[in-house]
Amino acid sequence: MVHINGKDVNAAGKKISEYLAENGYVVGTVAVECNEEIVSKSRYDEVVLKDGDIVEIVSFVGGGSR
Amino acid sequence: MAENQFFVDSDKLSETALAHKHLIESDKSARTNHMEYMEGMERISSDIMDKVLSAVDAYDYDSYTAVDVRRALASENCSIEDFKALLSPAALPFLEEMAKKAKIETSKHFGNTVYLFTPLYIANYCENYCVYCGFNCYNDINRKKLGYDEIEHEMKVISDSGIEEILMLTGESRSMSDVKYIGEACKLARKYFRNVGLEIYPVNSDEYRYLHECGADYVTVFQETYDSDKYETLHLMGHKRVFPYRFEAQERAIMGGMRGVGISALLGLSDFRKDALATALHAYYLQRKYPHVEYSLSCPRLRPIINNDKINPLDVGERQLCQVLCAYRIFLPYVGITVSSREQKHFRDGIVKIAATKVSAGVSTGIGDHESKYAGEEDETAGDEQFEISDARSFDEMYEDMADEGLQPVLNDYVYV
Amino acid sequence: MKDTFVLGGKEFNSRFILGSGKYSMELIKAAVENAGAEIITLAVRRTNTKQNENILDYIPDNVTLLPNTSGARDAKEAVRIARMSRELGCGDFVKIEIMKDSKYLLPDNVETIKATEILAKEGFVVLPYMYPDLYSARDLVNAGAAAVMPLASPIGSNKGLATKEFIQILIDEIDVPVIVDAGIGKPSQACEAMEMGAAAIMANTAIATAGNIPQMAGAFKNAIEAGRSAYLAGLGRVLERGASASDPLTGFLRD
Repeated sequence: MVHINGKDVNAAGKKISEYLAENGYVVGTVAVECNEEIVSKSRYDEVVLKDGDIVEIVSFVGGGSR
Repeated sequence: MAENQFFVDSDKLSETALAHKHLIESDKSARTNHMEYMEGMERISSDIMDKVLSAVDAYDYDSYTAVDVRRALASENCSIEDFKALLSPAALPFLEEMAKKAKIETSKHFGNTVYLFTPLYIANYCENYCVYCGFNCYNDINRKKLGYDEIEHEMKVISDSGIEEILMLTGESRSMSDVKYIGEACKLARKYFRNVGLEIYPVNSDEYRYLHECGADYVTVFQETYDSDKYETLHLMGHKRVFPYRFEAQERAIMGGMRGVGISALLGLSDFRKDALATALHAYYLQRKYPHVEYSLSCPRLRPIINNDKINPLDVGERQLCQVLCAYRIFLPYVGITVSSREQKHFRDGIVKIAATKVSAGVSTGIGDHESKYAGEEDETAGDEQFEISDARSFDEMYEDMADEGLQPVLNDYVYV
Repeated sequence: MKDTFVLGGKEFNSRFILGSGKYSMELIKAAVENAGAEIITLAVRRTNTKQNENILDYIPDNVTLLPNTSGARDAKEAVRIARMSRELGCGDFVKIEIMKDSKYLLPDNVETIKATEILAKEGFVVLPYMYPDLYSARDLVNAGAAAVMPLASPIGSNKGLATKEFIQILIDEIDVPVIVDAGIGKPSQACEAMEMGAAAIMANTAIATAGNIPQMAGAFKNAIEAGRSAYLAGLGRVLERGASASDPLTGFLRD
C-alpha cells in the first residue's frame, strides 16, 4: 500500500505519471512530494511508487490571512 | 581660517626636530596618508564609517527653514531629517522650545538623575602631533607617568572623596603607556571604584578584551573631527593620524566585550554642525548594529592649552553648544550625555536640567596631583595638564550643587559582571 | 519622484498585498483589479481531483504569487510546504506562517526564524509573518528575511492596529520593509499603518467579508495610497494645547 494524501492506496509498482493520469490530476497544476522529498516533474516518468511510500500531491488554493 | 592659532615652537626642541615639525606643518606631501592603516592596526568589516561620512557630506544645513524645525519639534519620533533641521541655523531661534522638548525626553529616560564621575590622568606621554592638544609631542610640558603605587595613591584620594566611577586617561603613547600598564591600572581601579572607564589610544579588539578582563567596561574615543580633510591638517604625526582606525575604535571595543562606548567630536575644530551630525549618526548606526551596548556622547569645545592661550572654540558659543546638546537629546533620547569641566559652572548647572546626564567633579587634567589639588596646594612634581578646566568644583561641592538644583546625584547605576 | 516598492529584487507600484482566502474564484479577478494589487497570497493544499478549478486561471498574469505555509506547525513543516510551493512553478516568494495555537492562530516567532534561515539559504524570497517583537525581527533579518510581516491584531479579528506601538518600533529599527499583516479590518486602519511608515499592507478577511468585495478592495487601495502619500509628505504639526508658561530653561546662556 502507498499512503497518498492521507489515504492508503493500492498503487505500488506504478510510476508517478501513471498514477496522476489514472486519477485525473493535471500535471501542470500539482507538486508531488514522496517521503518528504520533492519529486520534480521531469522525474514523474522515472519514480516508481512502492509499498510504504508517503506521498503528498498538492496545488494552490485561495488563502491569505485565514 | 587662522590655522596658525595652533602652531607654537618650543625653544627646547633640537634643530632637527624643529625642522621636521615645520616640514609636516607646511608640506602635506611630507605627511603620511591618513586614510591608510598602519602596521598592526586591526581592520574590521563595517560600513558605518561610509554611512556616516556620506550623510555628513550631503548635509546642507542652510537649506532648512523654520517650517522644518517646527515639524521636527512636533514629531513624536525624531527622524534623521528632523535631527538635521534641529542642528541647522534655522533652529537657533527655537532654542527654548528645543530645551523644553529635550528636558521631557531626558526625564522620560533618566528621571531627574545626574551621574558624577572623576577623570584620572595616569600618564601624559604622547607620540602624536595634534596641533590643538596640550599633550602633543612637540609641546614643552612636564611629562609624567604614574607608577602603580602612585596610581593607587591617587585612587585612594579620589575614592575617599566619595566618587564611585572613574575614567582613566593616558596620553597616546603605546611605548610609554602600553596595554599591560593600562591593564594593571584597571585592576587597581576595580579595587576602589564600581565602574571603570577608559579614554586611551585606540587599540585592537583583543586588547580591548584584555582590558575588559582587567576591569574596564566603558571605552571613550573622541574622533575630534569627522571632516577627514580637516582631520589630516590637525593630526600631523603619529598613529592618531589614521582616521579610519580611530573611527572604528568603538566597534572594536564592543567586539572586545565592553559594556558601553563614548563618542564625540571636539567642537570648534571644523564645521561644528557637520561634526555634531556625524557624532550622533556614529552613535545611531552603532546602536542599530549593536543594540545591546550603552552609548554616550560628549560635547567638548576647544580650550586653551599650556603654551598656547589663543586656542578657542571659534563659532561654537554657549547657545550653539546648547542647541547641539538639545538636538542630540531629542534625536537619541536613550544616550548618556557627558558635559566636562571644560565648561563653566553656570553652563553645567543649566544643561543638566535640560539634556546632560553626567558631569565630572573633582577634576584635574594633570598627572598625579589629586591630593595636592584636593588639599589646595601646589605640587612641583606633577605632570602638566592637557587643557585648562573651567569648573573646578570638588566632588562634595558638585554633589551639593546638583542636589540644590533639584537633581538626584547618582554615583553608579549598574553591577559590573 | 517615482515611489516603488522593492521586494526580493522586484519592483512593485502597489503596496497592497491581497489575500485570496475565503471568497469565490469568480470574485478574485474583480478584487485584484479593483485593489490594483500586484502581489496575491495563495495557500498550498492537497489536490482535490473532484474540483478541477485552478485558482491560477483567475489571477492576472502580471500579479506576483506569494504562496504561504499556512497549516505548518513548526519550521520543518513550513520548509516542506515552501518547497512544494516552489515546485508548483510560480517563483521563489514565500510567506512563512507557522502557528502552533489553533485558537488564536498567533505566529511562533522562534520556529519562523528557523524556517527563514533554511529557506533564505535555498534562495527563497522569505517574507515571515510574525508577532511584532524587536528581537525576533532582528533575528529574522539576520536569517535572511526579505521583509517582516508583523500582525496588527489577531488574524481575522478586523480589530486594527492593536500592536501599533510595537510595529512603530519595527518600522524605526528594522532595515527591511515592514509589511503590516493580519487584523487590519478597515481602510482607515490600513491608512494609519501606512502613515506610520509601513512599506505595505496585507489584507484578506476585511475584503472577503465585506458586503461588496470588489468595492472594498478599491477602498483599501485608495486608503493605502493616501497613507503612503501622507507618510512621504511628512505629517504636519499637531498644535499642543494648554502648554503652561514656565521659567525659561535657557536663561543661563551667556554667549
